[in-house]
Amino acid sequence: MTTTQLPRSLDDPVLSARSLSKRFRLNRGRHQYLHAVDNVDLDLHRGTVVALVGESGSGKSTVARLMAQLYPATGGSVHLDGQTVKAKGGRRFRAYARQVQLILQDPFASLNPIHTVRYVLTRSLRIHNPGLRRDALEDRLGELLTKVHLQPERFLEKFPHELSGGQRQRVSIARALGANPRVLLADEPVSMLDVSIRLGVLNLLTELKNDLNLAILYITHDIASARYFADETFVMYAGQIVERGDSESVTQRPAHPYTQLLIASAPDPDALGARDVDLSSTGEPPSLVNPSAGCRFAPRCPSVMSRCRTESPPTFSLGDGKSAACWLYEEGAT
Amino acid sequence: MKYLLRRGAFYLLTAWAAITLNFFIPRMLPGDPVRSLINRFQGRISVEATESLYILFGLDEGRPLWRQYLDYWGNLFSGDLGLSFAYFPTPVADIIGQSLPWTLVLVGLSTILSFLLGTMLGIWVGWRRGTWADGLLPVTNFFAAIPYFWIGLLAIALFAVVWPVFPASGGYDGGLIPSATPEFIGSAVYHGILPAVTIIISSMAGWILGMRNMMVTVSSEDYVTVAHAKGLPERKVMVGYAARNAILPNISGFALSLGFIVGGTLVTEMVFTYPGIGYMLYQAVGAKDYPLMQGFFLVITLSVLVANMLADIAYAVLDPRTRQEA
Amino acid sequence: MVTAVEPPAVTPGATTARRSRRGSTNLLFLRNRKTVVGLILLTFFMVLALIGDVIAPYDPSATSPIGLQPPSTDHLLGTTSLGQDILSQILVGTRGVLVVAFLAGALATVLSVLVGITAGYLGGTSDEVLSLVSNIFLVIPALPLIIIVTGLLPSAGGLTIALIIALTGWAWGSRVLRAQTLSLRNRDFVEAARANGESTWRIIIFEILPNLTAVIASGFIGTVIFAMLSEITLAFIGVTSISDWNWGTILFWAQSNQALAMGAWWWFVPAGLCIAGVGTALTLINFGIDEFVNPRLRSTGQNAKVLRAKKIRARVGFTPVLRDTTADRKPPRGAPPSRRTPLPKEQP
Repeated sequence: MTTTQLPRSLDDPVLSARSLSKRFRLNRGRHQYLHAVDNVDLDLHRGTVVALVGESGSGKSTVARLMAQLYPATGGSVHLDGQTVKAKGGRRFRAYARQVQLILQDPFASLNPIHTVRYVLTRSLRIHNPGLRRDALEDRLGELLTKVHLQPERFLEKFPHELSGGQRQRVSIARALGANPRVLLADEPVSMLDVSIRLGVLNLLTELKNDLNLAILYITHDIASARYFADETFVMYAGQIVERGDSESVTQRPAHPYTQLLIASAPDPDALGARDVDLSSTGEPPSLVNPSAGCRFAPRCPSVMSRCRTESPPTFSLGDGKSAACWLYEEGAT
Repeated sequence: MKYLLRRGAFYLLTAWAAITLNFFIPRMLPGDPVRSLINRFQGRISVEATESLYILFGLDEGRPLWRQYLDYWGNLFSGDLGLSFAYFPTPVADIIGQSLPWTLVLVGLSTILSFLLGTMLGIWVGWRRGTWADGLLPVTNFFAAIPYFWIGLLAIALFAVVWPVFPASGGYDGGLIPSATPEFIGSAVYHGILPAVTIIISSMAGWILGMRNMMVTVSSEDYVTVAHAKGLPERKVMVGYAARNAILPNISGFALSLGFIVGGTLVTEMVFTYPGIGYMLYQAVGAKDYPLMQGFFLVITLSVLVANMLADIAYAVLDPRTRQEA
Repeated sequence: MVTAVEPPAVTPGATTARRSRRGSTNLLFLRNRKTVVGLILLTFFMVLALIGDVIAPYDPSATSPIGLQPPSTDHLLGTTSLGQDILSQILVGTRGVLVVAFLAGALATVLSVLVGITAGYLGGTSDEVLSLVSNIFLVIPALPLIIIVTGLLPSAGGLTIALIIALTGWAWGSRVLRAQTLSLRNRDFVEAARANGESTWRIIIFEILPNLTAVIASGFIGTVIFAMLSEITLAFIGVTSISDWNWGTILFWAQSNQALAMGAWWWFVPAGLCIAGVGTALTLINFGIDEFVNPRLRSTGQNAKVLRAKKIRARVGFTPVLRDTTADRKPPRGAPPSRRTPLPKEQP
């Protein structure tokens, strides 16, 4: 593990990404790349939740997998406790997995249908606590399930298809907890659950965050839940971070035009007919294969200027930890 | 296009592998066939013949292996596949040349016919799922489990002995000389009907089953329902939408199972004493005629490779997805 | 032999139905009538293989002066031209056939599992190389190769034959397994296991392999059928050693003694029927596995019967499409229309 020290400051992030990029090679022989993630900076602190919001194809799931070291980044780095990590496999990867765990989106697919809950959780415990035997194992299993509010006697012997979506997701969370991690990367953990169940799972995650002092990365396409659940919100578009800040101000006073579009698109029964943002802007979703030189949101932006099409905006700080990558916020602009 | 080039390269590689395999097999097996043959013929073999035999089998001789390998290839390109033991001293290439056309015609036509018939029946049975047509399946299964040659024997027993409708053996009437006369061709066709029918019945079962399974899977796809809901006549939906998609795996399966089919048809020829490659191979095995056996193996393998290539081309034409691969 | 050309999609849920409530799920598998018939038939032959030489009334090789005789009370299946009892020959031959067939099947399956799953999971160059090897073996026609190899050997006993058949027939299974492994590898639970820290070999053996059992079983049975047919063919041609009794050997003697010309149907019909019997039994079992794994094949037949009882001609995937020619296009009252609710009027 090569070590490069990041400058230490108060309240050090436990897991961070610096200039993280990932491009996928398309079609052997042709030098075309899909730029899934471009220059992402992210910090996760223990005891806080960071939301990463974006639509499908924005690259947010890729960010999660990069930070879980499931595949290597093509640019930038991931830092654990300030030290660069590059764990491809074997013991190194397992040591990393002990610290950083990933929860996936689809509760119906993330559990192997042929294994009982007991097997899944036992594996999780055994991988990271080798030598755990019968009684101690039983105790730990019971602990894990209780932590996610599932009764051990009822659920240990069940198969995934006998559980509801919410229950499966809780089992996935329990599996992640088996490693006793400090960081939980949650890739759209509630998107495939019934709306009435979502709150329960999000509350569970909050509880776990408080009890275990976890750092949570909450990936979602639903910006409203980000406001509810996360302390800090990052907005992603076409592989880039376009806005960041504390959840309240990002969702209530969105700075970047894309964030404004997201917020305005959420159907609000109290505001029928009244629109703040012109939603009639059309335009195509971004091409990640040949990203344009200018701002990637330019084709769809209602406030687009000629500069936007040719130059990609840097991130402008807006004070109070907020920032947006938009030419509108350049000093001296309107 | 790229797809075809890749496949072409693969077939060349396989051809090379087959030829090399052919080269190595007799060398890997215990026993010295050449020696035993020489002993049998007791000096009636000319020096060139012995040479040729040793190139084929390369045993002892003191020449390095790679040298033998190159000589083997050289021989192949000049069309020298050695001399047959059993039909000594006829060159193997000649014997193959005589029997190949018979097999090509019989096997080629029968296989294509059985594929077409089987596929059409499969479409029909798959379409009419849940009706009496399903009852055909166990029967089809039964036929698929019977070795080709047994059906051949049965066919002979029924149609050549019990009811002497067709001739029991031979490719043509014994008294005729092979030529392009209508009389000869008529006789050839007459003799070919029973073996052809045998092959068709035996191999059809496989196509029916495969096609039917695919039809069932495809017909529950949404685009078929949409087509039907659009108001298209049933036949059009069945053929134009469902069958067109269901047939694709069958075609690639056709290519792959060619090897198996060829095996079965060879045996059918043996049963009917049909003067094709199969029957000659049978004779060769019985007489331990190694050069002939090797020659046949080579020809059979290369033919199957060619047929596979043709099937691949057909697949590329029919499935736009392969063409889009670039 | 072309059975199901496209390997059935492995729906992971299907295998689970087998595991939960251990007792009842085996029954679910057995509830398929075809499978039961197949199993019974196969068991019958297996029993014959075990006790065949004990219950055979005569020594199959023993000649007798009575010569070629049609079936009678003495010789239930008649005799050969040398006076040998055909029934005994069949009974004794059962073991040879089944042993070689299953042995070859097992060997080939092991090979195909090793090659196929490794190629599918590892990907990259190992995959390219392994796929190439298996494709080559796939394309080279098996039977001629087997014939040549066995023909060149001075003598070929049962074990050798099984080995040769296994070495030529493993490629099909490995190709199917590779395809399935490729699709399984991208499933979420594999990724989740990886993220959890599970090691590669454990993922292959404990996460992927169990989901492939149905495919492997189906491939095994297919290979057994192939092995049986190949070995019988070899015996028929006269390539294998004639001393071991084998159904193919019976046919070999029948052919060389012109049984057909003499109209001695009893010489070759029983052997063929036995071959077909075992083959059919195995195929039926395979069907059962197929339908079990691919729920579509299983249920559409039953659904069709239900629909027909309600006088609806179901065709297209059994979503009854109604051509309603009435001008009034009001939707049916009551429960919202579901896919399988038969609508009142039907005009094909």
